[in-house]
Amino acid sequence: MSRRPGQRVPLALLLPAGLGLLFLVLPLVGLLARAPWTSLPRRLAEPGVRTALRLSLETATAATVLCVLLGVPLAWLLARVEFPGRRLVRALVTVPLVLPPVVGGVALLLVFGRRGLLGSWLDATFGITLPFTTAGVVLAEAFVAMPFLVIAVEGALRGADRRYEEAAATLGAGRWTTFTRVTLPLVAPGVAAGAVLCWARALGEFGATITFAGNYPGRTQTMPLAVYLALETDLQAAIVLSLILLTVSVAILAGLRDRWLGTT
Amino acid sequence: MTAPPPLLDAHLVADRGTFHLDIRLRIAAGEVVALLGPNGAGKTTALRALAGLHPLSAGHLTLGGTDLDRPERRRWVPPERRPVGVVFQDYLLFPHLSALDNVAFGPRRRGADRRAARARAQAWLDRVGLGGRAGDRPRQLSGGQAQRVALARALAVEPTLLLLDEPLAALDARTRLDTRAELQRHLGAHAGAALLVTHDPLDALVLADRLVIVEQGRVVQEGDAATVTARPRTDYVARLVGLNLHRGRAEGRSVTVGGLTLTAADSVHGDAFVAFPPAAVALHPGRPDGSPRNVWPATVTGVQRHGDNLRVQLAGPVAVAADVTPASAAQLRLRPGQRVWAAVKAAETRAYPA
Repeated sequence: MSRRPGQRVPLALLLPAGLGLLFLVLPLVGLLARAPWTSLPRRLAEPGVRTALRLSLETATAATVLCVLLGVPLAWLLARVEFPGRRLVRALVTVPLVLPPVVGGVALLLVFGRRGLLGSWLDATFGITLPFTTAGVVLAEAFVAMPFLVIAVEGALRGADRRYEEAAATLGAGRWTTFTRVTLPLVAPGVAAGAVLCWARALGEFGATITFAGNYPGRTQTMPLAVYLALETDLQAAIVLSLILLTVSVAILAGLRDRWLGTT
Repeated sequence: MTAPPPLLDAHLVADRGTFHLDIRLRIAAGEVVALLGPNGAGKTTALRALAGLHPLSAGHLTLGGTDLDRPERRRWVPPERRPVGVVFQDYLLFPHLSALDNVAFGPRRRGADRRAARARAQAWLDRVGLGGRAGDRPRQLSGGQAQRVALARALAVEPTLLLLDEPLAALDARTRLDTRAELQRHLGAHAGAALLVTHDPLDALVLADRLVIVEQGRVVQEGDAATVTARPRTDYVARLVGLNLHRGRAEGRSVTVGGLTLTAADSVHGDAFVAFPPAAVALHPGRPDGSPRNVWPATVTGVQRHGDNLRVQLAGPVAVAADVTPASAAQLRLRPGQRVWAAVKAAETRAYPA
C-alpha cells in the first residue's frame, strides 16, 4: 500500500465512515443471503410478479415524463425570472421532500378525491376519477418525485453561463427559441440527472401511492406495495419481489449513469 | 456642406450599480471605431447597451435612422430584433452545435429556412477560411479558429452594426498577429458600422479608423490614430502611446509646468499640454552646458528593463520617464536615489492647447 503525504485518513473519520458503509450494505447482503434461490425461477414466472413489475416501471416512467414536462419550466421560472415571492415558491416546491408520503397521499385525496376540491369538478365535468386508478398511482408518484427534478434542473440552470443566452438573443432568438435551442441543450445533463433521481424516487414510492391509489393488483399495486402485502403472508415472496426491484433499479440506474451522466 | 448623418448616432447613458456611463458615439457606414480604455472604464457596458443587453437610463441610440433605445419616449427594441451582430470576448460559441450550425443559428432565427441558412453559413465559413471545419464542435477548434467562427456567426446576420468585444484578447501572441490581419480584412469588407472594444492600443491603432478613449464612463479624447498618438490628453493615453505628458500654462514657446519652464517646438497661449517621448530625455551626471535646452535636476526613483534599453523613472519638478541605453546607464551608475540632470531638446517637446 502506497502512502503519500496528505493521504492519511484519521481514524476518527475512517471508523464512522466504515460503519456507515456497513449499515448501508448489510441489509442488501441480508436480502441476498435469505433469498430462496432454489425456488427463484418458479417464483419469477408467477404472473402477479410480472404484472406488478410492469406496472411499477410504467407508472414510474409516466410520472417522470409528467415531472419533466411540468418541472423543467418550473425550474426555469425559479432560476431565470425574478418575481415577488420567488423564495416562498422555492420553499413550497421542496415541501413534498420533507412531507411524509402518507400525508401527501391524504392531501392528494382531499384535492383529487371524488369529493375533493378539484376531484368533484373533474368527476362532474369530464367523468374522470383519479383515486384508486393507475393514473392516480402516476399522480402520487409525480407528487413525491417532482422536487428532485426541479431542484436538480434549477441547480443546472443557475450553473449554466447566461451569456450563451445573451449571445442567442443578439443572433435573433426570442426567449422561447433561446430556451429550446440553447438553454435546454446546455442543461441537458442536469435534466437527465434530475429525471433519473425522479424516476428512482417514483419507482420506490409507497406511502402516497397506497393512500391515494390503494392496493389493487394489476391496477395500482406497484412493486413496493406488492412487497408489503407479501410480507404479511409469504416472507419468501417478499424477498423475491424485493430482489427484483433492487436488481431492476440498480441495472437501469447504472445503465443511464454510464450513458448520460458520464462516470464519477 | 453638411456631412451625411452617421449610421450610428448614440448618446449612451447607463448605470450599473454606482458606475455611471455617459458617452456620445457616432459611427459612419463602413467606419471602424475603437472604444479604448482601461478596465472598468465602461467599454463593456457601452457595448451591452448597444446590443440591447443593458437598457439605457437616458440618452438615445439611433441606428440607420431608427430608434433602438430612447428612454424618454419609452422606446426599446429587444436584442433579438436589433440589426446588430456581436463577437463576444470569449466567443460564446454554442458548445452543443457544430461550427456550421453556430453560424447558421442567426440566419435561421431571422427567417431563412434550414437549407438556406446552412448554405449561407457554409459560405461564411469559407470566407473566414474554415470551410473544411464546418462539422467540428467548438471545443475541437483552436482559439484562432473559434474567433473566426464567432466573427462569421456575427457577420452571417448581415448586421448594420458590428460589435467586437476584445476580439483578440483570448489569443496567444502568435495567433493574435495572424488573426488581427484577418480581422482587418473582414472589417474592411463590412459595409455597416463597426465598434471595436479593446484595452490594447495596438489592436485599436491597426484595426480602427478612429479612436474614442473612455475613462471612468466618459469620453476623454477622440480622433484618428495620428492625432491621438501625437497629442495625448490624459495620463492613460500618454502611457498607452509611450509619451511623457504634463499640463501647464503656455506663453508662446515657453510652457510652465510645476515650477519648471520648458521651451517647446510649438507656440501656444493659455492652458497647454507638453509631451515628449522618454527616448528624448537625456541624463547627465552634472549640469550640461551649451545649447539652450530644457534641463532640470532630478532624482532616480526606479530603473526597469524596457525592450533593449532601460526605462528610468525620475522625480523632480516634473515626474518623467527616460529611456537610456544599458551602456550609458552603466556609465552613470544609475540606481534609485541618485541625483542626475535631465535634458530634453526643445525640438522634441511638443505643446498643444489643453
